[in-house]
Order: sequence, then C-alpha cells, then structure tokens
Amino acid sequence: MTNLLDVEDLWVRFPTRSGMFDAVRGVSFSLGKERLGIVGESGSGKSMTGRAILRLIRRPGQVEATRIALEGRDLMTLSEKEMRAVRGYQISMIMQDPKFSLNPVLKVGDQIMEAYQIHTKGSAKEARQKTLDMLEAVAIRDPERVFDAYPHEMSGGMGQRVMIAMMMIPDPKILIADEPTSALDVSVQTQVLDIMDKLVRDRGMGLIFVSHDLNLVASFCDRVLIMYGGRIVEVCDADKLHDAKHPYTRGLLNSLPRLDEPRPKLDVLTRDPAWRDEPSVSGAL
Amino acid sequence: MSGIVLKDLNVWFGNGLARVDAVKNASFSVPLGESFGLVGESGSGKSTILRAITGLAETWSGFIEIDGNSLGRKRDEQFYKTVQMVFQDPYASLHPRHTIDQVLSETLSLHGFSDIEARIEKLLQDVGLGPAFRFRYPHQLSGGQRQRVAIARALAPEPQILLLDEPTSALDVSVQAEILNLLTDLRAKRGLTFLMVSHDLSVVSHMCSRMAVMQNGNIVELLSVEDMRAQKANHAYTQHLLKSSLGYTPSETTSG
Repeated sequence: MTNLLDVEDLWVRFPTRSGMFDAVRGVSFSLGKERLGIVGESGSGKSMTGRAILRLIRRPGQVEATRIALEGRDLMTLSEKEMRAVRGYQISMIMQDPKFSLNPVLKVGDQIMEAYQIHTKGSAKEARQKTLDMLEAVAIRDPERVFDAYPHEMSGGMGQRVMIAMMMIPDPKILIADEPTSALDVSVQTQVLDIMDKLVRDRGMGLIFVSHDLNLVASFCDRVLIMYGGRIVEVCDADKLHDAKHPYTRGLLNSLPRLDEPRPKLDVLTRDPAWRDEPSVSGAL
Repeated sequence: MSGIVLKDLNVWFGNGLARVDAVKNASFSVPLGESFGLVGESGSGKSTILRAITGLAETWSGFIEIDGNSLGRKRDEQFYKTVQMVFQDPYASLHPRHTIDQVLSETLSLHGFSDIEARIEKLLQDVGLGPAFRFRYPHQLSGGQRQRVAIARALAPEPQILLLDEPTSALDVSVQAEILNLLTDLRAKRGLTFLMVSHDLSVVSHMCSRMAVMQNGNIVELLSVEDMRAQKANHAYTQHLLKSSLGYTPSETTSG
C-alpha cells in the first residue's frame, strides 16, 4: 500500500535573539486514506507541522526534512512555482477562523469560483455551477443566496462551511484542517465535522486534523499523534486514546473535568523535563 | 440568604428595528456561598447577564438584587466591594503597559485600602504567584499566569461574589485544571459565591452545584449538577448540549 503522505524527520526552526528555537523537532509520520489527528497544547508544534507540509513557513523560519513525500513525490525538492500547483490542488488547508481566512470585500461565490478556475482553467459558467454544487454539498440550504453574500453577512459556522467548500472544490487528495471547529459552537461543530467526515469517505481523501480537543479527536479520528515540545510523544488509535500510556497524554486526559466522573479537584499536569528529550515516536504506517 | 436574585431580567441592545433582545425574562437566585453556572452557546445571552449585573450593559429592565440590595441604574462603591468580575481573555483584560504591581495597587487604592504593600504580596501569594511576578508586565506572563493576575485583581476589594465569564476558555486544558483548582480553593477559603458562565458543560458541572441552560436569550432549563451528570435533562436543547459535550457522534443523516 502506498501512503498519501510520508513525512520523515521534519524540523521547523525560528531564529530568535537567544539562538535557534526548534518548534518542530524531528517528526516522522505517514498518512493513508484516514483521519489522522494531531493533538497537543499551544506551542507543541502541531500547527507548525501542518503548515510545514505545505511549505507555508515563511522566512526567517526554516523547514528541514529528509523527505516530505506526496504519493512518493518529494515536496522539499519542488520550486516555489511547482509548490503552488500542489497547494490547494493536491493538498488543501482549512484554518481555524473563517473571519480571517476569507477576503472581506469579495462575494464568497466569487472566491470559491476563483479557487476552481485557477486549478482547472474551466469556464466561468462551469465554475459557477460547480460552486453552487459544492455549497450544497457542505449543507448550505440556499446556495444561490450565499453565492452573492459577503463574508460578514454569514455566521461563523456558515463561513467555515464556505471555507471547506473552497478547499474541496479543486478535489485535493489531502486536507489539512487546523482547529477547524474551535471557533464554532458545539452544535455547528457537529455539522462541520459531519461534512468533513462525509467528504473523506466519499472521495477517499486523507485528513490531517489538528486540534487541542482530546475528546473530539478521540471520537472523530482514526489515529492520533500526540505532540509535546515539538516531538511526537505517543501514537495510538483514536478509540484507544483514553487508554494512552505516556504520562503526558495521561496527564492531559486527567486534567479534563468529566461529566460522568465528579472529582473535588482536577489533576494538575506535572511536566517532566525528560519528555522534551525523549526521541520522537514515529507515526509511520 | 440570597446573594444574587434576578427577576424577569430583560437586556436589549439598540432601538426600534435594530433592537436585539439579548436576555428575555431571566429569573434565578443564587444563595450566598453557592456556585451557579450559566451555560449556552455564543449569543445565548449568558455573558450579557453578567454584564447587566456589573453595569456594563446599561439597557435593562426587571429586578436585580445583590446581597439584599436591589440595584438601580448606578452602581455605588459598595457594589464593587461586593461583586467583582473575571473576564474571558487574560490577553485582553490586563493593561499591556502596566506592571502587575500597578494593576493591583491601583485597584487597592481605588477601594481605599492603605496597607497596599502587604496586600499585594498577600494577593499574589493567594493566587499562587511568587513575589518575583510583581514587577512584570503582562507580556512576560503566560496565559494561565495572566488569568491568575486577573483573579488577584478581582479579589483585591475582598468581594463576596465573583462573576466568572469563561475564565478558562482561552487556556490549554492543563492550565485550565490549575485555574479551576485555584478557584475551588479560593471559594472554600473565602466562602465566595460564584456566578460562572461557560460553554463547556463539563467545566460548569465541575465547578457549580446548579446551572441555568440558555438559548437565544431565554433560560430554557434550570437543573442541578446531579441531574446534569445523570443526563436527566428535560429540555431538548439541554439534551443536545449534553450529547455534543461527550465528543463527536455522526449525525443520522450522513452516517453509513
């Protein structure tokens, strides 16, 4: 079986006044046709990992990897121009907050059409039809009206669905979703996850789901990488996340208040400096 | 003795056609010493209730009583000695150019304390920050440390009632646990009354003994934490929130 994506020994570095800061330190994993969750706290390097795959880390940040292979083709060796053909067309990314990711002065329909036309060179008429179909696919009830709406006229959940439509319209092989639902209310969150889940199943896509929400990842994904201090400390099947072994993962799980288990006090995570120095666990298939 | 009593509280913003009714006929009471939660999604009006109590939302009608005194249009000094609020975003609620020392000493002097030195040291100690933090600026602190400072500032006038507006939603889960434990300890030590707003059912259930569930400005259900934990909710919306809080479950429409 060939993997959609193979990442080997990925490093992301930023120069600071006090020397190099390593945001991601030698991470290796692969992605099949699955929902892969990356969880960790802020500063664990989970978002940086997602961005580095698309080579979206801008100078002075540096990305190094032995290999980031998309179906065997190494993305690290591509020119910036070749990389532009990968972004969106083969690997798409959904960011956390639709408010900052959509162009506020363009109608959303035009923005989605643009995504289609750039990648397929199709006619405007065809692009419009595709856009309306896609809006319908992400459960927007009145696609004609939303097509002519501006981003500020939509709720957060609708904006996030528009973002998903825009990312899905070039039919990518891999979707990277960076906290796609953390700006949304729980009921809208379920709708957005339903849509992503359906798209992954129907189109055989690979999904990288970056999140800080352990319960959500455990219930939504197939496999989970747990990151701490720029490294992967543990890899496990999502449904077995609650039986995780690593003290960091256990600590995170125990620090969550639970509806079904009342406790007078929550466990506080004590961080072991040794965790930072442990070798990164491989998430390869 | 009731700490907070609300009767038919209405809060609205704007006039005429632009009028938005943010809270409609909200009524509940919180006895002194109790911890009461308000849960709901964004726009349900839960934070607006806190803002109406503190006087930050000025267009309201109905009846608000704090510690036996009914509130009018203006809040007097005594009110702010009784009620203090901790805001959601510790990155936004501290002045970026004021040191922790300035933040706390200004609050203390506004409330007419004279032994400011000793009180600042005591406050920092109470919220688990060492004296080394006293002359730092907010940008030199982590999110959890900032929220501790915000809590210290709220405790400065020695209030009886704390209004907590999503105090941990901007924090990582491990830091959230520390802050929630701190709040639990402070409540036990000082006999505080909490009115806590959160969208996270498990956080509210951990902190509060009773709660009100809000939707579109209405309180749809009042229930005890025991009923919440036993999933004994009567209103469909509460059941929906309970289900969502347990993680992702595929909807019937798209499964298969």
